Amino acid sequence: MSAKLVQKLDRVVIRFAGDSGDGMQLTGDRFTSQTALLGNDLSTLPNFPAEIRAPQGTLPGVSSFQLHFADHNVLTPGDAPDVLVAMNPAALKANLRDLPRGAAIIVNTDEFTKRNLSKVGYVENPLDDGSLDSYDVHPVALTSIAVEALVSFTDLTRKEKERAKNMFALGLLSWLYTRPMDGTEAFLKAKFADKPEILEANLAALRAGFNYGETTEDFAVAYEVAPAAMPAGTYRNVTGNVALSLGLVAAAHRAHLPLFLGSYPITPASDILHTLAGLKRYGVATMQAEDEIAGVGAALGASFGGALGVTTTSGPGLALKAETIGLAVSLELPLIVCDIQRGGPSTGLPTKTEQADLLQALFGRNGESPVAVVAPATPADCFDVAVEAVRIATTYRTPVIVLSDGYLANGSEPWRLPRTADLPDIAVEFATEPNAVDDKGQPTFHPYLRDPETLARPWAIPGTPGLEHRVGGIEKADVTGNISYDPDNHDHMTRLRQAKIDGIADTIEPLVVDDPTDDADVLVLGWGSTFGPIAAGVRLARATGARVAQAHLRHLNPFPANTGDVLRSYQRVIVPEMNLGQLAMLLRAKYLVDIESHTSVRGLPFQAGELADVIATAVASVSDVPLKEAAK
Amino acid sequence: MTTDLGMPSSGPGAPGAHGTAGVPRLTDGTALTKKDFTSDQEVRWCPGCGDYAILAAVQGFLPELGLKRENIVFVSGIGCSSRFPYYLDTYGMHSIHGRAPAIATGLAATREDLSVWVVTGDGDALSIGGNHLIHALRRNVNLKILLFNNEIYGLTKGQYSPTSHVGQVTKSTPLGSLDTPFNPVSLALGAEASFVARTMDSDRQHLTSVLRAAAEHRGSALVEIYQNCPIFNDGVFDVLKDRTEAAARILHLADGEEVGTAETVVVRDDRGSLAVVPRAEADPARIVRHDESAHDPSAAFALSRLDSPDLGHVPMGIFRNVQRPTYDDSLREQIASARTGEVTDADIDALLAGRDTWTVGA
Repeated sequence: MSAKLVQKLDRVVIRFAGDSGDGMQLTGDRFTSQTALLGNDLSTLPNFPAEIRAPQGTLPGVSSFQLHFADHNVLTPGDAPDVLVAMNPAALKANLRDLPRGAAIIVNTDEFTKRNLSKVGYVENPLDDGSLDSYDVHPVALTSIAVEALVSFTDLTRKEKERAKNMFALGLLSWLYTRPMDGTEAFLKAKFADKPEILEANLAALRAGFNYGETTEDFAVAYEVAPAAMPAGTYRNVTGNVALSLGLVAAAHRAHLPLFLGSYPITPASDILHTLAGLKRYGVATMQAEDEIAGVGAALGASFGGALGVTTTSGPGLALKAETIGLAVSLELPLIVCDIQRGGPSTGLPTKTEQADLLQALFGRNGESPVAVVAPATPADCFDVAVEAVRIATTYRTPVIVLSDGYLANGSEPWRLPRTADLPDIAVEFATEPNAVDDKGQPTFHPYLRDPETLARPWAIPGTPGLEHRVGGIEKADVTGNISYDPDNHDHMTRLRQAKIDGIADTIEPLVVDDPTDDADVLVLGWGSTFGPIAAGVRLARATGARVAQAHLRHLNPFPANTGDVLRSYQRVIVPEMNLGQLAMLLRAKYLVDIESHTSVRGLPFQAGELADVIATAVASVSDVPLKEAAK
Repeated sequence: MTTDLGMPSSGPGAPGAHGTAGVPRLTDGTALTKKDFTSDQEVRWCPGCGDYAILAAVQGFLPELGLKRENIVFVSGIGCSSRFPYYLDTYGMHSIHGRAPAIATGLAATREDLSVWVVTGDGDALSIGGNHLIHALRRNVNLKILLFNNEIYGLTKGQYSPTSHVGQVTKSTPLGSLDTPFNPVSLALGAEASFVARTMDSDRQHLTSVLRAAAEHRGSALVEIYQNCPIFNDGVFDVLKDRTEAAARILHLADGEEVGTAETVVVRDDRGSLAVVPRAEADPARIVRHDESAHDPSAAFALSRLDSPDLGHVPMGIFRNVQRPTYDDSLREQIASARTGEVTDADIDALLAGRDTWTVGA
C-alpha cells in the first residue's frame, strides 16, 4: 500500500461527471462494485440525459453517477458530493451548484480549452480565475497522462487511447479511497476478451491512474472507509430493475409457472426486458412486442394459457395498456404490470424519476376497474415486491401494478441474498374438475364460481378436458360467466370485483410505524422510492432531538387494514411525494385525515436535509421542547 | 450482428410439420361431431347474417382435425364476428377491439399443445388492430386468422370500414367515403404472411377446403372470408353468389393450374403485370399457372391486385402457402436449447447471487 498517510472516513459521496460519451456510468458502476465488495453500505444515483450523445462538451450532454458509501447504514445516494470528478467544463458547470464549499474537485484540465469553456459560457477559465478558491481543486491532465501511459500501444490511435481516460480516473479514485481493483480487472478481461489490445490498454490506464495517485504530490492523503456493520449473510450489489427481474423469475419458480414477458422498449424499464431476455435457461420467454398494447396483450394471452404473464413499461406505456388491464380485471386472470415511473406528462422526462403515476395505476381505466397496486421502497426491495405482486396476482386472479421508478430502477444498493427455499410458497392450483351440475344433473364448469375466502375465480386453462369455457370483456353473469346485461347482476359483479381487491388487505402485513421514543406527535408517511430520503431526513431530524415517527406504504391498493388507525393517532401527518400530492389525496378521501402534502417534481429524489427541515418545522409546531442545531 | 438461428430442427416445429403437430389428438378411434363443438349459448346474429354460415362451416370442419376439443382455442376481438367464440364449445376469449392477434400470440408462444384460432372482422383486424395483424403475420405465429370481411362496421351500426369502397355512402360518410380501401390479401402478402387465402361465407365447400389448408399450414394463416351483412351492406357480394355471374368473375386459384374462368385466363405482360383476357386471345406462353409455394410473393401479390371494385375479377383460393419457421416454435427452441434440465432452487440461488458477492460474518 501507499507510503502516504491514510485517513479514516465514515462516509463519502462521490460524483463522477462527464460527457455522455465519456463512460461515466461505467466508471461509476465499477467503482460501486469495488466498494460493494469491500463491504461498505452504499446507494447510487445515475443521472443521464435522454439524448444518447448530445453535442459533445455541452451542458445537455452531461452524464453523472453519484455514489454514497459508508461504514454504516446508508439510506440515500447523499445530498451533496464530497468529491466531484469533472471530466470537462460542462461537467463542472452543471454540477458545481450541488457542491458544498470545501468539497474536492478533480478536474480533467485537458478539456479546459478555450473552445470547450466557451461552449458552456465560461468567459474565464474557472481553474484560473479564483472562482473555485473555496473548493479543494485537484487539476489533473487526465487525458494526456492516460495517453502518455499508453505510449507503448503503437497499434492504437490517439482517439482510442483517449477513451481510456475514464479507467485512469477510476484507478486514481480507487487509490484515493483504497478500493481493490481486481473486480474491475476481471470485468475488463471479460468485456474485452476478443480485443486484447484494448484490454491491455484499459488495464494499463487503470493501473496508471492508481500509480499516479500514489506518486503525485497533489494527493497527500488516501482515505479508508471501513466496512459497514451489516446483518450476516451473502450480499451482492443490485439495481432496482435487476432486482425486479430476479424477483419475477424467483416468484414464477415458486409458483411453478412459466414466466412470459411481453414488453415494448421504454426508458427506464427496458433493462428488465434485457435482463429477462438473457434468462431463457430458466424457462423465461420474452417477446419484444410491436407496441405497448401488444406487450400486455401477449402477457394476458399467456396468463390465459396458464403462464405468469408479465409486462413492463413506464408511464406513457401504462396509459396505452389501460384497456387490456381492464380486460384482465374483467377476465379475472393474473397479470403483472410493472410501471417504472418517469417524469410526465406525455414524454416528460424519460430518464428522470417521478412517482406521478399512482392515480393512473389506481384509476386510469374505464369503468369500476380495481387492481392491486404495490410499490418497492429501495432497489433491493424490488425483489420482494415482485414476489409479493406475483403472490397477489395468482392468489386473487387479478392484475397487479408494480410502481417502481427511475430512481430505484437505475440506483443500486447491497442486497442480502434470500434463499430461494425461504421465499413464500405460492404454488398455484389450476382447476381440473367440473365444479357444478347443470339442470340436467350433468357435471359442468362455472368459470365465475368464486373461492369463498379470496373471491378468486377458478383458473381453468385450455387443455383441461371438461372445463371448456369462454371468457370475455362483456359483463358476465355471476357464477356461470355467461354474457349478462342484467342491471342487478352488473351491480353485483362490480361490487364483487371491488370486494375481491379490498379483501387482499386480509393477507398483507399491517402498516408498521418506526417511533423509537413511542411518543411522537408527527408522522412522516411515504410510499415507493421516497423511503431512503425520508428515512435519512427522519434520522437527521431525530439527531436534533425531534420526536418523529416514520411509516412507509408498500401496498397502495388496498392499503393495510390499520392505515386509518395509524394516521389518526398523530397530530400531524406529513406525506412527501414526487408528485403533486396523489397519495395525500387518496388518504384524505379515504380516512378523512388532514394530511399535509410535501411535494417536489424536479426529476430527482428528495434530499434528506430538505425533508429534515420540513420535519423539524412540523415537530416544533407541536412540541414545547426546543430542538438542537441540526447536525447534518 | 446477427446469429444463425438454424432452427427449429426437430419436434413439432420441424420443417414441413403439420399446423397442429404437438396438439393432443383423439385416440381409440373416437371422433367428435359438429354438435360437440356447439355451445349452449343462443346465437345472436341478425337473421340472414353471413356469420351463421361461417359458424356452421367451422363447427362442421373442426371434428375433421381429430384434435381434443379442450386443446382448441378461439380468440376474437370486438365486432359482430368476434362473438364467434361464445358459440363454439372450445376454450375461447372474446377480447378487446383489434387486440386478438396479440393476445393469441402470447397464448400460442407459451402453449405448443393448443390449436389457436383468431376470429376478426375488417374493422377489428384492419383498422384498430392493423398493427397487431401485420406483426403476427410477419412473425409467422402459428395462428389461424379468420377475417370476416363485410366492408362495413356492423356492431356500431353502419359506419364505413377500411375495406369500404371509395364513395361508399354510410352513416359516417353521407357524402361518400374518401378513404382508399385496403385489399386484405395484398396487405397480408406485404406483411410477409406465409399463408394467405380468400373464400366466401356462402360457399361451404370452398370455405371448408381453405380452413383445412390453413389448419395444415404451420405458421400464420390469414383467411379472408367475404361475408354478407344483411343490415348495413346487404348484397355487396351478391354477384359472386349468382352461379352465372360467379363463373364469369371468380378466378379460381389452384396450385399448378392456370388461373382463370371458363372464358378468361390470366396472362403476364412484358412488364410482369397481370391481366385477365379472353382465353381465345391468350398467348399460351403468357398464361399464369398458380404456384402457391413460390418463395417470392410477387406473383401472389400481382394476383391479389386483379381485384376490381365492381368485382369484375375476384381471385379466390390460396394465394400463398410457404414454409418458414414460426415465431412460437423458434422461441420454444431457443428456450429448450438454453435449458439444462429442471430449474432447481439451487439454480435460482445461483442466479440471484450473480458473479460478485461478498459475505458478512455473523
